[in-house]
Amino acid sequence: MLDSKIPAGKLDDKWVDYKGHCKLVNPANKRKMEVIIVGTGLAGASAAAAMGELGYKVKAFCFQDSPRRAHSIAAQGGINAAKNYQNDGDSVFRLFYDTIKGGDYRAREANVHRLAEVSANIIDQCVAQGVPFAREYGGLLSNRSFGGTQVQRTFYAAGQTGQQLLIGAYQALERQVALGNVTMHARHEMLDIVKIDGKARGIIARNLITGELEKHFGHAVLICSGGYGNVFYLSTNAMGSNVTAAWKAHKQGAYFANPCFTQIHPTCIPVSGDHQSKLTLMSESLRNDGRIWVPKNLGETRKANEIPEADRDYYLERRYPAFGNLVPRDVASRAAKERCDAGYGVGTSKQAVYLDYAAAIERYGKIEVSKQGLSNISHEAIVALGKDVVKEKYGNLFDMYAKITGENPYEVPMRIYPAVHYTMGGLWVDYELQTTVPGLYALGEANFSDHGANRLGASALMQGLADGYFVAPYTVGNNLADEIYNAAIPTTHPAFEEAAKKVADRIASLKNINGKQSAESFHKRLGKIIWNECGMSRNATGLKQAIADVQALRKEFWSDVRIPGEINEYNPELDKANRVADFIELGELMCIDALTREESCGGHFREEYQTPEGEALRDDENFMFVSAWENKGDHDWTLHKEELKYDVIKPSQRNYK
Amino acid sequence: MSQNTMNLKVKVWRQKNANTVGAFVTYDVASISDEMSFLEMLDILNERLITEGGDPVAFDHDCREGICGMCSLYINGKPHGPWQANTTCQLHMRAFKDGETIVIEPWRANSFPIVKDLTVDRSAFDRIIQAGGYISVNTGNAVDGNSLPIEKQNADDAFAAAMCIGCGACVAACKNSSAMLFLSAKVSHLALLPQGAPERKSRVLNMVAQMDKEGFGSCTNTGACEATCPKEISIANIARLNKEYLGASLSAE
Repeated sequence: MLDSKIPAGKLDDKWVDYKGHCKLVNPANKRKMEVIIVGTGLAGASAAAAMGELGYKVKAFCFQDSPRRAHSIAAQGGINAAKNYQNDGDSVFRLFYDTIKGGDYRAREANVHRLAEVSANIIDQCVAQGVPFAREYGGLLSNRSFGGTQVQRTFYAAGQTGQQLLIGAYQALERQVALGNVTMHARHEMLDIVKIDGKARGIIARNLITGELEKHFGHAVLICSGGYGNVFYLSTNAMGSNVTAAWKAHKQGAYFANPCFTQIHPTCIPVSGDHQSKLTLMSESLRNDGRIWVPKNLGETRKANEIPEADRDYYLERRYPAFGNLVPRDVASRAAKERCDAGYGVGTSKQAVYLDYAAAIERYGKIEVSKQGLSNISHEAIVALGKDVVKEKYGNLFDMYAKITGENPYEVPMRIYPAVHYTMGGLWVDYELQTTVPGLYALGEANFSDHGANRLGASALMQGLADGYFVAPYTVGNNLADEIYNAAIPTTHPAFEEAAKKVADRIASLKNINGKQSAESFHKRLGKIIWNECGMSRNATGLKQAIADVQALRKEFWSDVRIPGEINEYNPELDKANRVADFIELGELMCIDALTREESCGGHFREEYQTPEGEALRDDENFMFVSAWENKGDHDWTLHKEELKYDVIKPSQRNYK
Repeated sequence: MSQNTMNLKVKVWRQKNANTVGAFVTYDVASISDEMSFLEMLDILNERLITEGGDPVAFDHDCREGICGMCSLYINGKPHGPWQANTTCQLHMRAFKDGETIVIEPWRANSFPIVKDLTVDRSAFDRIIQAGGYISVNTGNAVDGNSLPIEKQNADDAFAAAMCIGCGACVAACKNSSAMLFLSAKVSHLALLPQGAPERKSRVLNMVAQMDKEGFGSCTNTGACEATCPKEISIANIARLNKEYLGASLSAE
């Protein structure tokens, strides 16, 4: 049985007690302790900054040309915090409750409560760093609402909240670089974990400019490399986002938890053709004001604006009157798929629904009229005023939509469809964010711990920064306190040599295949298999077929991939092939996980398990556990279960009606 | 949506690495849909080059939604191509006509050495930030976020400056390869907020010194940077930077 090391005591007291009793490292010893951080998104950059501030010797790695590029930067909508600035009944408990419920009762209570507790500190820290959050005229911070909640607790900076938070963390990181506490290694990719006496003691990283393999020692290694959504090829992730660091950790003994829990985001720009390389999200914040609908009649041919109210089906408002357009992401995505599968989809592909701003534009226009004390105003003038308000709130998103589709969303409803966005699964970690390999930690999206089977909007930024700024500095320190007698191990140690040789051999064998197909083409085919059989809905037959298909694809990849260029030079195709090889292995595990979880919960919808109304049917009696997979070799995994105990919240069927 | 396809020529700068001489190479790309993004067109070219046993064109890109700042490219003589307020990754093929020849070059500036083909090294920007582009506040030191109200206008102006994505188009567009717009965006962002006040003087002096050390040129107010900035960072920030710099120089001991 897995030990999640949750501290004893009342839920409210656990984190306070932990911090009060965890071991500390004195400043002189901190200077001797080396910490490796892989990835510089919100989790990695904040951890690197915070650990550097404490005085540890930090080495940070990212594959991009600068830590500021990490994909946290693309998060649009906002970051949750239980500040209750709006006096609308928010509290730490409610944020905790909403997150557990939103996660469909598959997350760990103690971790989620800690997340809710530190949420307020994150906002304070970011404001102090100069993050320019949106403000009201009185100069105070502004909030908006997000899916799955009934309070306004989301802090934001227009549609660029992730960018602003990441720049804040990046600046804190660069300050530590300037002070000499952090050494930054950009354009580097981690390609293996080095273990000595069972502990993580360093990494092998490839310098992506020269192709050289480098050996780096660390008393602890923190994986902050984000999620694995790109296993689907098409997703809202950046092109370079990959599972490689997490997967190498997995192959070195770290269990991988709930890989089948992936989030399909309901509001993305639909696929336009086979050339498509990525999908673009339209922030969930748009569901605050936009209304989602499809035509009521099959075979509708009129343009959106010509379809009268009576012939529109606002299906989310119809099915879920209490939450309406603000139901959680998994629910909204499945509802869109249901309508499109039933033949009501719009656009040329018929794989899209409308997100309509006409009502919001008119409502805001009227508010402006009364604010400005205008009278005798024409409808056109009201609409013009409304458009200005919408432009201020969502302008950058509307512009992005117009650029991609060539349509003007101020005039015609946007077309949207669900797309892969986030992965709740990840490396299994205990309360201290330590994986099953001692000394190896996972933070942010790379771990599995806080979002259960479905993540609520504006919670990913919160978790990344919580882990990096406020959790890891305590929990990693607690374990490093036992390491103060251990001097840094020179990288001439045989374990480093062996690991480097293993990596070099693998690269050489990839390169020597010298086949005919590009890594990209394999990636596309993998994505299709996983999207069709392990996407928005899954069934046993399809999953079994997918496992066979992925295994066959893996064989083909290792006999026919073509990597141009040389090993010892800048070679993006080689980087890609390395990543695709890992994605293929992960794809198989995802399908195995989805097959063995014989229930529907959150983002995991098994067609065999649904209520008569088509809602997800959980099976708490048999599946209230975390699936943590141990890798035993090729195509070989053993399942370990972590029972989930709910001491405070009583699980019930999620009801957003 | 109706799709049109076109056949184009692309004239691409190829250069093996920083130490070799580069040259333009022209390729035909056929059956390009106007719904494709510009980078997807290059993907198709690369896929073909790989299948034919050639060397694909190296270019930087990551988020492909206009926010990470990783993509670059000088397209037909303009950084990020013909569209206003746009990054290369958001440029779509609608912008071009059937039969057209598109010229693609890397950012050209001494402070951005070429890595390969269209990929350049922009680490100079990180070093400018290291020189002072931050507020020194250790984790855990912060007071309540609402304890210090900030005038909405200042907050909005700070945000507008902080939108800079660090892509380097301003440097590439400038005939002097000046990094003043980039630098001024960061100085403005932090100078407009009360949290940035304590380090205001040292910040601007140190960051400008680092910019000079990196070899970026001087600003002669041509405004090319503002005109090509994908995030429409205003040149007014450069005026603010000059004011900050002058004030700091006169009052520094």
